[in-house]
Amino acid sequence: MSSESGKGTRTDDGGATRAEYCVIACAETWRDAGEILASPMGPIPSVGARLARLTFSPDLLLTDGEALIVRPDGTVEGWLPYRAHLELVTGGRRHVMMGASQLDRFGNQNISCIGDWARPTRQLLGVRGAPVNTLNNPTSYWIPRHSRRVFVEKVDLVCGVGYDRAAGARHHRLARVVTDLGVLDFATPDHAMRLVSVHPGVSVEQVREATGFDLVVPDRVPYTREPTAAELRLIREVIDPDGIRAREVAG
Amino acid sequence: MADKTMTAEEAVSRLESGMTLGIGGWGARRKPMALVRALLRSPVTDLTVVSYGGPDVGMLAAAGRIRRLVAAFVTLDSIPLEPHYRAARESGSLELTEIDEAMFLWGLRAAAHRLPFLPVRAGLGSDVMRINPGLRTVTSPYDDGETFVAMPALRLDAALVHVNRADRLGNGQYLGPDPYFDDLFCAAADAAYVSCERIVDTAELTKEAPPQSLLITRQVVTGVVEAPGGAHFTSCAPDYGRDEEFQRRYASMPWPRFAERYLAGDERAYRAAAEEDA
Repeated sequence: MSSESGKGTRTDDGGATRAEYCVIACAETWRDAGEILASPMGPIPSVGARLARLTFSPDLLLTDGEALIVRPDGTVEGWLPYRAHLELVTGGRRHVMMGASQLDRFGNQNISCIGDWARPTRQLLGVRGAPVNTLNNPTSYWIPRHSRRVFVEKVDLVCGVGYDRAAGARHHRLARVVTDLGVLDFATPDHAMRLVSVHPGVSVEQVREATGFDLVVPDRVPYTREPTAAELRLIREVIDPDGIRAREVAG
Repeated sequence: MADKTMTAEEAVSRLESGMTLGIGGWGARRKPMALVRALLRSPVTDLTVVSYGGPDVGMLAAAGRIRRLVAAFVTLDSIPLEPHYRAARESGSLELTEIDEAMFLWGLRAAAHRLPFLPVRAGLGSDVMRINPGLRTVTSPYDDGETFVAMPALRLDAALVHVNRADRLGNGQYLGPDPYFDDLFCAAADAAYVSCERIVDTAELTKEAPPQSLLITRQVVTGVVEAPGGAHFTSCAPDYGRDEEFQRRYASMPWPRFAERYLAGDERAYRAAAEEDA
């Protein structure tokens, strides 16, 4: 049980918001990543990738979400149409942070459909590039609403491949899962999902409660680190002055 | 040299029910919508559609023209889930071959190169293998001994694509940032029909754009259709962006009403109705 995480949301002026802890946790995904493409999917991972690029991972490459590689100020430095992007995936010089409609304890991910694939109760996007991503380049996940609907015992369709099904594939690596409640990874002997940190204001119990499978929880669970003053300024004034992050994660 | 210009109706008249049809573009981007609309006005049905899916898939599914879809996703981009495709899947009215995006690309490449398959490091461990029981694997004959998916060629009876400019011979030019996979669709098909915003003289093509914008070579093209606004309501950068308002209408209107309002007449009637309702 956690000895560090307690109750109480930080409300003091100038303190980081929950959305900003999420940004920090996403940014950390690309720390020490070197000269690779950061592929964030969703608003908060995008803010996180740009923060990493502007601070501790200056060699990162960023896309404009379409066909261009851009610097944080929008300067074009490369061309990356879809076909080249797929080559970059299989070449491995990329770390993607994908979404997941469902995720299980070994990191199997579903974005295709809910229910029986042959006749789904809810058709979603489709497998997209999740199979190729997870067998070729480091993959992380971003879950803006940590709940039992997402964190399930068994996903309905395996799109992104988890550790129990990858059979040690040579380029398979799931790095971390960032949610609105905390950070998780797979650094356990059998690669079962483990709670790494909770965001300030979140309790370990709250994470357990919102997870539909038995989570590995160490004796001590620290809080997600505080952003520095410089990081907060970059997030608020340079990267996301319109506050899109707060629309994705409240608080 | 042969003048390959024809109308959208003439292009569609060469298609037959039961064919495997590749459709270019990506999501709600540079889709050959004028050709799709012509197809919807024809009796052609029972299609196997191969597409990085957008409203082309949604409309053909809503109209009951698709027997089987080969896709990795279907999306309208700014509206993440395609409502008509969704309805078709949830009612079980179409068969689906769901594969990964890279597998899709490797399948097109295999077809273009006249190979039966290409090895791809994707699909293994995922349920793509379970839902495609016909997929086979192949083991590297070299020392690494790795196992790959043998992605079968996605050979097409016909391809429909839309580009910014073309000449009368079938040389097609894209002026936006992304070629998508349109040249591969054409190379993978027995017949390719290229619609374009404007037909220009061959010499015009490289007057204001570099030669590498010449995406499609006439060798692989059967017919050229001049269709201004032919990608509407999807985007056709830099000529125009996506018509978001029209797309919202498409996504929210019951299909029979949409079809009656916008697809009962010819392409000119479609444009007139779209402008009137804007």
